[in-house]
Amino acid sequence: MNTNIDTAFDLARSKHQALLCPFFTAGYPDLAVGPQMLLAAQQAGAGCIELGIPFSDPIADGPVIQESYRLALEGGATVEKSLDMLRQARAAGLMIPVLAMVSFSVIFKRGTHEFAKRCTANGIDGLVLPDLPLEEAPAVVEALGEHGLGSSLLIAPSTSPDRRRRIAELCTAFIYYLSVSGITGERASLPSDIAPNIAQLRQVTERPICVGFGIHTAEQVRQVGSLAEGVIVGSAIIRRLTEERSRPDPNPVRATQESIASLAAGLRQVC
Amino acid sequence: MSQAVIENPSRLSSSQVAERGNPHVASAAVPDATGHFGPYGGTYVPETLMIAVHQLAEEYDRARKDPDFQRQLSYYLKEFVGRPTPLYHARRLTELAGGAKIYLKREDLAHTGAHKINNTIGQGLLTLRMGKKRIIAETGAGQHGVATATAAAAFGLTCDVYMGSEDIRRQSLNVFRMRLMGARVVAVETGSRTLKDATNEAMRDWMGSVGHTHYIIGSVVGPHPFPQIVRDFQSVIGQETRSQAMQLLGRLPDAVVACVGGGSNAAGMFYPFVEDAGVKLFGVEAGGRGLILGQHAASLSLGQPGVLHGSLSYVLQNQDGQTADVHSISAGLDYPGVGPEHAYWKDTNRVSYHACTDTDALAAFTTTAQREGIIPALESAHAVAFALKQAAKMDKHQVLIINMSGRGDKDCMEAARLLNVDGVPSVKA
Repeated sequence: MNTNIDTAFDLARSKHQALLCPFFTAGYPDLAVGPQMLLAAQQAGAGCIELGIPFSDPIADGPVIQESYRLALEGGATVEKSLDMLRQARAAGLMIPVLAMVSFSVIFKRGTHEFAKRCTANGIDGLVLPDLPLEEAPAVVEALGEHGLGSSLLIAPSTSPDRRRRIAELCTAFIYYLSVSGITGERASLPSDIAPNIAQLRQVTERPICVGFGIHTAEQVRQVGSLAEGVIVGSAIIRRLTEERSRPDPNPVRATQESIASLAAGLRQVC
Repeated sequence: MSQAVIENPSRLSSSQVAERGNPHVASAAVPDATGHFGPYGGTYVPETLMIAVHQLAEEYDRARKDPDFQRQLSYYLKEFVGRPTPLYHARRLTELAGGAKIYLKREDLAHTGAHKINNTIGQGLLTLRMGKKRIIAETGAGQHGVATATAAAAFGLTCDVYMGSEDIRRQSLNVFRMRLMGARVVAVETGSRTLKDATNEAMRDWMGSVGHTHYIIGSVVGPHPFPQIVRDFQSVIGQETRSQAMQLLGRLPDAVVACVGGGSNAAGMFYPFVEDAGVKLFGVEAGGRGLILGQHAASLSLGQPGVLHGSLSYVLQNQDGQTADVHSISAGLDYPGVGPEHAYWKDTNRVSYHACTDTDALAAFTTTAQREGIIPALESAHAVAFALKQAAKMDKHQVLIINMSGRGDKDCMEAARLLNVDGVPSVKA
């Protein structure tokens, strides 16, 4: 359990409004601009941040996020520098919860406890564990919990009901429900089974549910926000930042602000 | 099921090892139900792939106990692949080394010219059993891609092979062979544009296509149950070698040598000997240009435990857990990880792992061609290079078997280029 995460979702629940959870790649487009981008996201209506720690071989991610990882690594984004970027953002006034999305390869290399210590020292509230299934997760989740870090595991449309229940029991942050099978990336339309799948999840867990994979318009944010506590937007934001890079006078902070504000407009329509 | 958390990244913690059963002695009764070889292996993949690997594990479990499936497999191995492959006494290599009698297990004579076909025929039959119509594969040099395309053509399956764009340029002959047999070769432009990136892309494809597609992984790597399935299908190599040795020599060999990249030919050769304490097993990795990270592909000799492509094993990574660049003269050994069962065999000291350099391998390539009339794959030449030194330390009554995992035609252009630069290595008279 992590208080910062729980408080944010409790507050959102009491206002009957979902949290917008944008995804950023640490070190993309560069490390120096990161703190200002995260602050801009907070100001524009983000309720929670998912911070991708770049990894050389991300299996679950689509081409847009993968390329941002590659460029971030090329630009020198190590684990330590990524976390330091967040520490700076915290010092400059970033209040909303931040979950790091980290491949288990990166966690394992440092050792779970040591990695957890570095996370808490730099303002991370929890981890999204994209490649740690139920079979391998329990001890890792427990160790992270000892450091006050929440854990979010993935549940897919194909996950069986019994498995969903067991995964949900392990989630100490939110439940990360994947709207579609396959990799991250934008989809033209959202599948129709999101609502029944979330309703089914409600029967086995009281943890907040965030929906991700494929969401990229304010209208989709509105639809998903009426069903779940959180709406995760990843590739759409990274793609916007990538477009910004190729402009003559790139301004990733403004791009972040505009991108989040337009998505957050979807949330306000819920009420 | 719970697991202990591993704290020291360079060695597995004692609690971790204790929980999984401290592997002092290697057993053939691995992996366990969750795909662990001692502490190694497991399933580190996104939840979207779990349904696929569970389905595959269940289907494979049924298939291997099904006499009809085994009969089908034996039929294709005999009539299509051309098994059993010979165990050949290499008299002139024996003479050169001046020690143990050297025998070659001739996987280079299997259809398509390498051991890879043993696995793709097995997994192709599994695909048919699961009622799936499409297979995908990753390939580096193209040998596994060709073997997969071959199985696809033989069984009437659609086939897409992921291959790094760098490798496509370097291996045009194999690209043509795959296309000729009706496979689509998909160029991978991500990352380093080589084998590891092709593997990432194949896994991504499978995440969205698992309903109608089977992923034929090419080595004893990846999430459970792949390391087990590939080892089992390749074990025909070791089983044949065992019975051929008994037939020819009346006893088991003293030493067996195989090259190790991902480790499929070695796993298939070693596994049937694991519980024969008298048979020494040697794995030979690619030492490339030397010991510096980035210049070799010797995951077991020089790497540390880590997670890559869905399992825990020895890997080559930087201090942040990012996959390191690798190099080998042999494209088939040019991989930053290794199968988890090899990690298990290393830690239990059942197999002794060594590395040999590009230069040693190239010399062995020439030596084998000139002294035996056999052009080995550059991968297999690594095993020959080590084996010649090992045989020299053994006495004349002993027997050493080299797994000649593939033929070297595919490497001739590259070898010609290198030999012109470096000069033909001299061969001892």
